[in-house]
Amino acid sequence: MHRQNKQTFWSKSIFSLDHKVIAKQFLFLGIFFLLFGGYLAMLMRWSLTHTMEQLPWWLLGDLLYQESPVGSGIIGPDAYNQLFTMHGTIMIFWAITPILIGAFGNFLIPLQIGTGDMAFPKLNMISFWTMFLASIVLLASYLLPQGTAAGGWTAYPPLSTPVGGIPGSGQAYWTLALTLAGTSTLMGAINYITTIVRFRAPGMSYFRMPLTTWGLFLTSILNALFVPIIAAGLIILLLDQVAGTQFLVAGQKATIPGGDPLLYQHVFWIFGHPEVYILILPAWGVVSDLLSVFSRKPAYGYKMTAICMCTVTALSGLVWGHHMYTTGMSPLLGKAFMFLTLLISIPSSIFFLNWLGTLWKGALKFEVPMLFAMSVMWVFGLGGLTGLYNATITSDIYLHDTYFVVGHFHYTMAASVMFGAFAAIYFWFPKIFGREMNKKMGVVHFWTSFIPLNLVFFNMMVMGYAGHHRRIFDPSEFEFLKPILGLNEFMTLAAFVLGIAQVLFTINFFYSIFRGKIATKNPWNAATLEWTVSEPIPHGNFAIIPEVFNGPHEYSNPNVKGRDWISQSEKINS
Amino acid sequence: MNQQNTISIPTNDPFGKATNGKLGMWLLIIVDGLSFAGLLIAGAALRASSDSWPIAGELLNIPLTAFNTFLLICTSFTMVMALSSIQRGDEKGLKTYLLYTLLGGILFLGIQAWEYYHLIHGGFTISSSMYASTFYVTTCFHGLHVFSGVIYISCILWQAMQGKYSADNWDHVEILGLFWHFVDLVWILVFTIIYLI
Repeated sequence: MHRQNKQTFWSKSIFSLDHKVIAKQFLFLGIFFLLFGGYLAMLMRWSLTHTMEQLPWWLLGDLLYQESPVGSGIIGPDAYNQLFTMHGTIMIFWAITPILIGAFGNFLIPLQIGTGDMAFPKLNMISFWTMFLASIVLLASYLLPQGTAAGGWTAYPPLSTPVGGIPGSGQAYWTLALTLAGTSTLMGAINYITTIVRFRAPGMSYFRMPLTTWGLFLTSILNALFVPIIAAGLIILLLDQVAGTQFLVAGQKATIPGGDPLLYQHVFWIFGHPEVYILILPAWGVVSDLLSVFSRKPAYGYKMTAICMCTVTALSGLVWGHHMYTTGMSPLLGKAFMFLTLLISIPSSIFFLNWLGTLWKGALKFEVPMLFAMSVMWVFGLGGLTGLYNATITSDIYLHDTYFVVGHFHYTMAASVMFGAFAAIYFWFPKIFGREMNKKMGVVHFWTSFIPLNLVFFNMMVMGYAGHHRRIFDPSEFEFLKPILGLNEFMTLAAFVLGIAQVLFTINFFYSIFRGKIATKNPWNAATLEWTVSEPIPHGNFAIIPEVFNGPHEYSNPNVKGRDWISQSEKINS
Repeated sequence: MNQQNTISIPTNDPFGKATNGKLGMWLLIIVDGLSFAGLLIAGAALRASSDSWPIAGELLNIPLTAFNTFLLICTSFTMVMALSSIQRGDEKGLKTYLLYTLLGGILFLGIQAWEYYHLIHGGFTISSSMYASTFYVTTCFHGLHVFSGVIYISCILWQAMQGKYSADNWDHVEILGLFWHFVDLVWILVFTIIYLI
């Protein structure tokens, strides 16, 4: 009952109810899986250029693939399938989701709207530990005799069902882990929405919320609406795997007539397409805010940006069919999906222009978070534009399931979302840990990530255009791919540089937690409420709940004398 | 709230009298409703593409389940009575009606288990046909909700025994009621779709 009086290590750091501690837990979980998923990508790149060759010592191949059926230290075709499956699953659900939604959602929502904690602190804690349990189930699948899931991150039947699918129970572990992760996400979503609706400080109207909070709010709404749908899909998939039902099995091997594998694809993408917006909306919000902070200008068209983000949120639920043009859907339906998908480019372009408007004639400060925020504009621009080719039926039928699609979604998800997350980490690190990250290492991390990333993902699109299928194990087997094998090797080299850059980031991150320069209360001169709390942030955040007088981006206001910013909780005396 | 005494809720309450818990429960109901929608629509899609879908009345004991449905609707009624008792400050009425609701929930689960037992012994198992799979998934998913509801009612009943609720403090009873009515409402849909049409 009197928690503050007797806090042990367990109640303070492990089973804490404090949103800031839970945010750190999510952040560490996310960074662990980010490195793990990245390592899987390195193994894949090696296997693509050195198919069926011994792994070098620095990729730990002797350790991991000791008992490989194709020879010690060699990645065989089955192991390769597991690599890309787990790379996708981990990066989407265990790296990006915990970092952007788990960590920054938890940390920023109460601080930015000016309240003491989440609406349901216990639910918040349970949400993290459910995610932790999901992680254990996911990692435990590696210990199974036939290895982990290998049906792709989409787990389409029949690959994911026992009838004619991947042998072993890896797929069942995968399904269970994802169901648990989804449950964790739903708890978070309910908590975030309630907190934002009910706990905003006096004067903090919806159109005074920072755009980061807008992004997290819309993400939570999408989570609450669409994660339950995939939960239903995962339940029937899990029953197919363990209970002998055949909801998703058709054809000659089916013993129960009437199953339909396409049903799963529909259910998966009804969730799956909103999922990409679930991931990117917080990143859009972060970028919109950071561009304003580091241009020392109010965000151009703030209200329009928020409204456009809402429009994208609404449209994202109506476009799932564009993932399924090649499944033989009715052309009329296909055209409807194509139309709705192309419609998304309108709100996206509007807030993209707003970003440019924010930068226009601003006093740009190229701090590390700004570098990442600006690079998001480049990678999201490219990713968004190439999305049009995937959305258009005529070009998609050619490009479907090629590296073009892989390049496109890595530009939007891996590049835009991860760079948004990096911008957020560099920006809020002083507030989360009370110390600054090393700027020089940050700049090196930026350039060694940005350049190789473009070299890898742009060339993926080129290869896809040349017809390279996304899940080929050995590209050298095919005559038509011979001319681009050199490109493949070049990409592998670039990918290794990209991987090493993330090691640099990790070193900087952990070094700065312990040895970084002690940060001041508001190192970036930012106007939002989280920078007004004292350091270290006490339990309950604000000594007095602040009253809000301004919008989130009051920079270079001519009525403010002596400095170029004013906090949301300060009155402008004019 | 007792565990976070440093937190104060802002004064410009945008949602009137609705408490956090109530808003949270409404969100949960939306979330849960959508997962039921997912299952029911998936079942409908399978049925639409199937050329042999059995007539439910030939396989299932409809009068028994109709009684079960009636029972569940009655527990909704007793739940309303429990809330209205405590709103009048009648603690004894709250405990009595919560107990009736709890017993109704347990009886519902018992009848469902009995139904499953006889169906499985009659050869109607989860993997015997697509209809059977759909039937078991949907009804079992709902049964798990009733089971959670029974545990939930027990917790609130236990708190009521401790004298936690009074004419000024009945919010948690109302939130429990929201969940229980939702479970009832979904059952009416499940009963209609799985058993009747």
